[in-house]
Amino acid sequence: MSTKERIALTGNEAASLAMKQINPDVCAAYPITPATEVMQIFAQYVADGLVNTELVTVESEHSAMSATIGAAAAGARSMTATSSQGLALMWEMLYIAAGLRLPIVMPMVNRTLSSPINIHCDHSDSMGARDAGWIHIFCENAQEVYDSAIQAIRIAEHPDVLLPAMVNYDGFIISHAMEPVETLADADVQKFIGPYKPAYQLLDVDNPITVGAIDLTDYYFEHKRSQIEPTFHACKVIEEIGEEFGKQFGRKYGLFEEYKLDDAEIAIVVLGSTAGTAKVVIDELRAKGVKAGMLKIRIFRPFPHKQIADALSGVKAVAVMDRSEGMASMGGPVFAEVRSALYDYDKRPITVDYVYGLGGRDITLDHIRSVYGDLQRFAAEGKPVVDSISDLVTYLGVRE
Amino acid sequence: MANLKELAKKGEFLSGGHRGCAGCTFPQIIRQVLAATDTPVVCGAATGCMEVTTTIFPYTAWKVPFIHSAFENAAATMSGVEAAYRSLKKQGKYDKEVRFITFGGDGGTYDIGLQSLSGAMERGHRMLYVCYNNEAYMNTGIQRSSATPIGAHTTTSPTGSASTGKKQYSKDLTAILVAHNVPYVAQASPAYWNDLVTKVQKALATDGPSFINVLMPCRLGWAFDPKQAMQISRDAVSTCYWPLFEVVNGNYRITYTPKEKMPAADFMKKLTKFRHLFQPGNEGIIESMQAEVDRRWERLQKLAALE
Repeated sequence: MSTKERIALTGNEAASLAMKQINPDVCAAYPITPATEVMQIFAQYVADGLVNTELVTVESEHSAMSATIGAAAAGARSMTATSSQGLALMWEMLYIAAGLRLPIVMPMVNRTLSSPINIHCDHSDSMGARDAGWIHIFCENAQEVYDSAIQAIRIAEHPDVLLPAMVNYDGFIISHAMEPVETLADADVQKFIGPYKPAYQLLDVDNPITVGAIDLTDYYFEHKRSQIEPTFHACKVIEEIGEEFGKQFGRKYGLFEEYKLDDAEIAIVVLGSTAGTAKVVIDELRAKGVKAGMLKIRIFRPFPHKQIADALSGVKAVAVMDRSEGMASMGGPVFAEVRSALYDYDKRPITVDYVYGLGGRDITLDHIRSVYGDLQRFAAEGKPVVDSISDLVTYLGVRE
Repeated sequence: MANLKELAKKGEFLSGGHRGCAGCTFPQIIRQVLAATDTPVVCGAATGCMEVTTTIFPYTAWKVPFIHSAFENAAATMSGVEAAYRSLKKQGKYDKEVRFITFGGDGGTYDIGLQSLSGAMERGHRMLYVCYNNEAYMNTGIQRSSATPIGAHTTTSPTGSASTGKKQYSKDLTAILVAHNVPYVAQASPAYWNDLVTKVQKALATDGPSFINVLMPCRLGWAFDPKQAMQISRDAVSTCYWPLFEVVNGNYRITYTPKEKMPAADFMKKLTKFRHLFQPGNEGIIESMQAEVDRRWERLQKLAALE
């Protein structure tokens, strides 16, 4: 592709196209619905000689992440893609990729976890891996998938970061839905990401290194501590790269998107494709004079707790939309973190949780209207009576 | 044919000072493997005794590049390293000639790592996989594996009033690798260094995957006097308990035939893990072991005669 184009792509096509233009040295792949297409399309690029990539068609997702780790440690720009059970099988290796500080980038198509087996969207897969040390980027649509995959290379490989990054997008809702996507020229993508220059590589046989040594009680804690700073530091890098991307290509990205939040009295916090649905409802409410707004989290790890709390502190009532369940925790994971981020603020909103869309259950305009209706009531009446956490968590769209 | 003096001159690729037990035989195996080639190598290993005792941060015994990531995935991890090598080489970003060697214990190879090994061998990565087989999970404290022989006492197949140790024969992993149509498969022993080094040279010269299963007496788990390690290695071969052979493109060749085949009991009686079998009433287990050793040895001779 030599110039900018506006074409119709599914989320998976957008991810594979970004991968083609990134042209990684190594990809390891194992199929899983709904991410299968990413590697299927990419395999065709390899077969047609359109990329330089060595495609390793492994026998499991555990091996996919293991081979990607091996390739990255060897000194190659390395990618894979997965979803759901595949991510669950990779679990062990996710921590190792982060601990070894390997800048792997992985499109991750959000699908629920068994049991019951279900191939549709929710966020329980990546939410379970939220503490593995990866950067988690969430996308609202195919355009964001494409743009974020490209930016993720720069973020992950940044010398102040050096961490793996997953680009999360909703299974089927984004992965299989076709939307207009503005794509970039191959050369522009290559220029933006630049060449991969690893500081250490196994293939440097004249300067041998040992990767994956054992730490006993005398070093482990220090090494883990030293992993935390760059993870937080990634916020700054993500913002800088999102800004630079915007200057070059006209689409600016930050840690989160504020939609009519400035003067909002009621707001929802949301990740992924539901943001698009919410925007329609917000526009409706605004037309009626209701001061409704939204904060769409793009970067869930590192969690930009201060920035999010600052943005929400002026709001009267906030509903956090969780597309996964904490299973007898403090509501869903996004709620627990957003609410905790607000704790130290004197002026903090009433904050409640809505768990929705598990296993791909539709989230409709009416559902979101009902959430804003609740928020209007809370804002007018003050705090909801809280006897237990169940008073704070509403299950939206489920037959009770 | 390797020359011991020349091999010794190549230097140390695995330094002393690692924390392996006195009488452990993995250092000899690694040194013999690494001395077998003049081409630079990148090594990998599964989690296990060898990995933890040679890489205690801030030290490493490895003087060649080395990677460990987890237990069940050494072959998958090295698949990635080897794929990176091929990719960078074809793109003109790397110009050296390098060989890839993966080490795994029997736990990481026969059991938890069998899937990733099978995948890597089937895909045909040019890598030598060396299983240092000490016939149990020694790193976690001598638990049984599918490589553990019948009658052996381990902490999860213990002897007791209702138990004579492990009930099953060991899995024939070497045959499983042969069934993958891997171009070079062999069994070796550190006591027969010339045989082992020659096999490594042949494996590394193979344009494709290769696999060598090396029996590794474990001083702790088998329980013997540390200075007996090499004698015990020899006894395993002399009894045909651990025959030395190679399978090149499917053709079997026995590389060492003992002049006189010793009874398996001669090897077993030196090891505390079999001690209970020599008490009255347990003779049947020793007889079973002998029958299985004979069956496998006879089958091997038939396979070697096929050509």
